Amino acid sequence: MTLGFRTIKEVPKDEFLAPGHRMCAGCTAATAIRQVLKAAGRNIIVTTATGCLEVATSYFPQTAWRVPWVHLGFENTAALASGIESAMKALRRKKKSEENPHVIAIGGDGGTFDIGLQALSGALERGHDFLYICYDNEAYMNTGIQRSSATPYCAATTTSPPGKRSMGQKTQKKDLVGIAVAHEIPYAATACPSYPIDLMNKVKKGLEVEGPALLHILTPCPTGWRFDISLGIELGKMAVLTGLWPLYEVENGVTRLTVQVPKREPVKKYLELQGRFRHLTEEEINRIQERADRLALKFGMGPLRQ
Amino acid sequence: MKRLGLSGNYAVAYAVKMADVDVIAAYPITPQTTIVEKLSEFVANGELEAEYINVESEHSAMSACVGASLTGARVFTATSSQGLAYMHEVLFMASGLRTPIVMANVNRALSAPLNIWNDHSDAMAERDAGWIQLWVTSAQEAFDTTLEAFKIAEDVLLPVMVNLDGYIVSHTYEPVVLPDEDLVRGFVPSRPLQNRVSPKFAYSIGVVGPPEAYYEMKYQVVDAIEKSREKIRDVDKEFGERFGREYKFVNEYMMEDAEYALVTMGALTGTAKVVASGLRKEGEKVGVLSIRCFRPFPKEEIVALLGDLKGVGVVDRAVTPGGPSNPLFAEVATTLYERGSRPLLQSFVAGLGGRDVPADDFKSMFGLVKDVVREGKSRPCIYVGLRE
Amino acid sequence: MSRLKGWKEIPIGGTIVEPGSSVEFDVSSWRTFRPVFDKKKCTKCGMCWIFCPEGAIKINDDGTYDVNLSYCKGCGICQKACAVKAITMVKEG
Repeated sequence: MTLGFRTIKEVPKDEFLAPGHRMCAGCTAATAIRQVLKAAGRNIIVTTATGCLEVATSYFPQTAWRVPWVHLGFENTAALASGIESAMKALRRKKKSEENPHVIAIGGDGGTFDIGLQALSGALERGHDFLYICYDNEAYMNTGIQRSSATPYCAATTTSPPGKRSMGQKTQKKDLVGIAVAHEIPYAATACPSYPIDLMNKVKKGLEVEGPALLHILTPCPTGWRFDISLGIELGKMAVLTGLWPLYEVENGVTRLTVQVPKREPVKKYLELQGRFRHLTEEEINRIQERADRLALKFGMGPLRQ
Repeated sequence: MKRLGLSGNYAVAYAVKMADVDVIAAYPITPQTTIVEKLSEFVANGELEAEYINVESEHSAMSACVGASLTGARVFTATSSQGLAYMHEVLFMASGLRTPIVMANVNRALSAPLNIWNDHSDAMAERDAGWIQLWVTSAQEAFDTTLEAFKIAEDVLLPVMVNLDGYIVSHTYEPVVLPDEDLVRGFVPSRPLQNRVSPKFAYSIGVVGPPEAYYEMKYQVVDAIEKSREKIRDVDKEFGERFGREYKFVNEYMMEDAEYALVTMGALTGTAKVVASGLRKEGEKVGVLSIRCFRPFPKEEIVALLGDLKGVGVVDRAVTPGGPSNPLFAEVATTLYERGSRPLLQSFVAGLGGRDVPADDFKSMFGLVKDVVREGKSRPCIYVGLRE
Repeated sequence: MSRLKGWKEIPIGGTIVEPGSSVEFDVSSWRTFRPVFDKKKCTKCGMCWIFCPEGAIKINDDGTYDVNLSYCKGCGICQKACAVKAITMVKEG
């Protein structure tokens, strides 16, 4: 059992995501992936679905990746990773190669929740030994902020705009970790780059287990959520502290909250920082607070700060 | 050397086994199913040392194949019709990323309406995908061509599609000669690890190719498939030397002094030959040209063998609705366009959705070609067997 | 920008052979503000470094932190992350 990092000092200094990439200023997905790669190390193969991360890091002839990296399409990163994982297994078994890298498949919420769900489900069900990472900025950001099934209730996007007849996104986010756990995989967890040690240790755990692991990372997006570019990490903290983004892991079906929230912040403090929730009425905010309360109960978080 | 009674599908499966493939990622679809079932059996019995990925769709099948191929593994998959259509976008990625995947496509009509029987619409819809396309007409040819496909693919770094007509070739049992394993191993040895995905290198593959680069990258595929003619020729020649069977780019039947000919692809060729043979006995100077290598298109052979004929009928087993002509006709006509003198061409469509094309239909096609020559100009496309 | 390569020279499949070649790209023009690091206040906690989306924060020999301006987009996450206010965002130009 690998020991996790306890402090920032222990985190490796290597930058496997090179600077000079074209992610937006203040993009917490970039922060998250930097952290992921530090936890994973060099002996990996990374696949990425079409989306912000892929497009901004691989514009010919410049790449930000300092590890082996493949992109194929939008909906098939899990299938691509399955093929790589199986091939490496076959080559090792047939003594044609000794290489044994970890395989990490990365997809945005678009490429995971919607168009990529089939491939993800297939890969999880087949039990490939790989780590699937979903960096969730809660909409199809790369194509200009259209809604996904990860867009939260009432959020404004270009395809779920608020108006006379609409409050924005009509539905709640899908429970991705729940979907993953339904495949009976050994490890699934949520994370946020605002909590780097927690995130990186979950990456290590996910890579260590035999079989599929899934990490669902909330990555606040200043461009799409409409907040000041300096606030991404603070917003991530606020998402966790309101109870809307509980940080937990499910190991062999057993759920455990990994970052305790003894006193929860009211959701209003999180929502009012974001332009995409600007149109919310008191009624909608209360609904969202109720959701946070339900999550707090489910995961054993503390009461609302009065 | 063994002689087994095998269906076209089983012949493909045996070839894949003897080629010692590393990874198979496939999804079942009629009439391809018996290929993947046989391969699953081989893997389960340890007769084939490979990772068999039971993917959840054809799109994922091809995606997994690309991933596997990029690591340097020898990769195979198979599909038909709707499955081929489902993996359409990934086919372009496979050729763009230069992955030497071999795929058996058991030709079946594209929906709608739903049809599980044989025609060429599935492969024709992919003729721009940058894949080498080889077409077989027997179980033996299916076996031989699949073996050749690995050798060709891994040299030119382009994926290869081996087409066999659904039910007619895929399910008909014929005697197939299987060479000894060590001889096959000698012909198509283990794939050299020209891997590009490996911790040894930190390459970025599948990148964004902006307008200032995409054009050149696409041209590389165009150039590679043109240059693959040489390798296809060489591999076929080597196969002939080692195993005694050669297939060339096109198959000529009674073409030496022919005045009229039909151009066919796939299993239609068989009936056409029988009819041609009968007509020859009546003194008709007819021949059959069947295209074995569709991509790259055998321009030289078409010009050389058809250039001086009086009339040529092209038999399409697929349609291009709204187009100036149907797929195969378009390609033959374009090829002959540059030649100063050329035969009168007549377009035929037959056999869509598995409609049987009996000998009588071929007899009338030969007759119609003669009529057209006498009339001095082509008629609009003749849909043979269509009920009004 | 290096001379554009022809189809005969580009690695097949458009593969980028050199890892991290994005370091050729200077992002300075993206900035409106840039961070200024006060070495004396720095407690070497590493928060600015771990939160930077760019990997633009470098570690000095003495363990304090500073920024590589070629790669800094001026987002200000580092300034917000610093518990001892050792980073100030200064307007460019």
